[in-house]
Amino acid sequence: MDTAFLNKFKDPALSRGLVDRIKALSQQLEATPGNKTLNLMEVCGTHTVAIAKSGLRSVLPKNIKLISGPGCPVCVTANNDIDRIIAATRLPQVTVTTFGDMIRVPGSSTSLQERRAEGASVEVVYSPLDALNKALENPEQQIIFIGVGFETTTPLVAATVKRAQAAGIENFSVLTAHKRVTPALDALARDSDIALDGLILPGHVSTIIGSRPYRFLADCYGIPSVIAGFEPVDLLLAITQLLEQIVSQKSSVEIAYGRAVHEEGNEQACAVIDEVFTPAQATWRGLGAIPDSAHVLKDEYARFDALRRFDLQNLTEPTVEPRGCRCGDVLKGIMAPSECSLFGTACTPAHPVGPCMVSGEGSCAAYYKYQIEV
Amino acid sequence: MSEIITLAHGSGGTQMKRLIDELLTSTYGNDLLLTGDDAAVLELSELSDPGARLAFTTDSYVVTPHFFPGGNIGQLAIFGTVNDLATSGARPLYLSLGFILEEGFALSTLEQLATDIAAAALHAGVQIVTGDTKVVERGKGDGIYINCSGVGVIAPGRVLSGHNCKPGDAILLSGTLGDHGITIVSTREGLSFEAPIQSDAAPLSELVQAVIDAAPHARCFRDPTRGGLASTLNELARQSGTCMLVDESAVPVKDAVRGASDMLGYDLYHLANEGKMVAIVPAEEADRALEAMRRSPHGYGEDAAIIGRVVALDEPNLPRSTLTQAFVQTALGTLRVMDELNGEQLPRIC
Repeated sequence: MDTAFLNKFKDPALSRGLVDRIKALSQQLEATPGNKTLNLMEVCGTHTVAIAKSGLRSVLPKNIKLISGPGCPVCVTANNDIDRIIAATRLPQVTVTTFGDMIRVPGSSTSLQERRAEGASVEVVYSPLDALNKALENPEQQIIFIGVGFETTTPLVAATVKRAQAAGIENFSVLTAHKRVTPALDALARDSDIALDGLILPGHVSTIIGSRPYRFLADCYGIPSVIAGFEPVDLLLAITQLLEQIVSQKSSVEIAYGRAVHEEGNEQACAVIDEVFTPAQATWRGLGAIPDSAHVLKDEYARFDALRRFDLQNLTEPTVEPRGCRCGDVLKGIMAPSECSLFGTACTPAHPVGPCMVSGEGSCAAYYKYQIEV
Repeated sequence: MSEIITLAHGSGGTQMKRLIDELLTSTYGNDLLLTGDDAAVLELSELSDPGARLAFTTDSYVVTPHFFPGGNIGQLAIFGTVNDLATSGARPLYLSLGFILEEGFALSTLEQLATDIAAAALHAGVQIVTGDTKVVERGKGDGIYINCSGVGVIAPGRVLSGHNCKPGDAILLSGTLGDHGITIVSTREGLSFEAPIQSDAAPLSELVQAVIDAAPHARCFRDPTRGGLASTLNELARQSGTCMLVDESAVPVKDAVRGASDMLGYDLYHLANEGKMVAIVPAEEADRALEAMRRSPHGYGEDAAIIGRVVALDEPNLPRSTLTQAFVQTALGTLRVMDELNGEQLPRIC
């Protein structure tokens, strides 16, 4: 890790230069007839946190509004899917393994964390390979890994499933709720409730899928789009490039995170996803059912699919949506977290009502944590 | 003696006596401990000074792994309790040590811990004067838990309290942030980084004493352990009815710790420290206090820095109608809240 190189992307002088450029561009836009506030949406939870943490909003001109979209994988997981994940903890002789983010997310009546306190076997792992190792070490126990996340995590899960198959491991399976980013962006672009002037595209996902799959955003919908990194300089550069596109009235998909993202992406990672997973319809919190927006295991890998292997239906409680929770609207960018009537009163990180307040990368948690008012 | 702890070692009979005599007290014993009476009887001549007071603290240590780069659970118990006493301005003197051992725990490991405990006590200038050993059945403990209580004496006239912080005071931090927290996470999860990171576990009573000598009006000291700097500063803000304003660029952090923390999605201000001290001192004594920290013995304060200041609630930079809490001035020049850790610290998905 070359920290001196990476520190450049936190450099205050570089940041100030970009802020000046952004101000000049926004003045140019303000002077044009029919000027309005520009809505720039980020669709990555890590961006939401990075923007809040660096205090970026307060240095931007008033006519540039940053709104958060459906970028937190935990947050977009529908309640019914969470209830099904929790149901897996009720199976006999089963250990549920998960990334840390999922552990506190409330389903209709309980969470993985509460189930663990009640005695269910739930363990946090850092990689699906750790779950596979647990399966090897505990042959009498069924190990279910909770596969949540966008294309950033899907290749790891795909590679783990392939390894499990090659090694003939019988007591390992994945309960998948993997999502694909581009179909959700397509749904957002089509949604007439949301006026998007530009998209800050996710850095991590793009290291895998590259920039090509986003082209439809510029070509079909005319939305300026820039792939961004996570340091202040990265984000300011992406915003500058978006404004330049808006000023010149030309839309394209640009990469402002060249040190990690290439046009073609990571072809090996994409290949392993395609080998193991296939697109299917998924229900997203807030956005509803979106065709082809899930990654589910192909039939050849059915024996590693927890949904096909275990009967979870009878163990899943009826789904109850939390009353008054507006996570759906927050995820669509229609309302800011602080505009929800539960925000900061009935719903706080200590007592979260909806998932956007639970996940460290949820918009509500970020807005609450850094006390952002809109 | 068998090679592992068995329930017999906690039964009160001969095995327990042998364990204590041959493995524990023989390693870190002293005249007071070796009397073998149920209670240690301490003569505290310092307490006879009018105005001198006794400081008394307790803490339990349950960390896993038991050994980590830069320390282990035994040494941590000694230094942690010493540092709690040090924050009150006390000279740490005597400790108690209670072990809860799980059946099956290796005696060789206990022996290693006892040796390190003896070295840690010697280094910190304290004596272990009483103790207890219990054994629980296999599966009912995590190998070893240690409770450590301690007493120390506070010199007459010395009053340190979080209530004393006043707007204008300087906030000092004795060194780099987050070394212990990142060490534990990376050891526990088998994550490896290019640059080696190790725990900062260290006894800081001499460092505190040096700062008090240099800055006689020092307001208070805190060791930012669990919950990190964020918990410490927010607590001080609430106690004193002020706000704490930290300059992000002034906070010393090792590059490897920053990198690891960014990668795992942790907040640096939430990471635990075991060898760092926060001092609040009046502005006019800040430079002298900093110098004293930097020059204090063993280099425990060599990376010390003035990281911010205490400000009033109506400080013009702060958001209106703010609460008593801690803020960070970011490198961009913007202000954000330094929030406290909520729940467990969890790594993110992507």
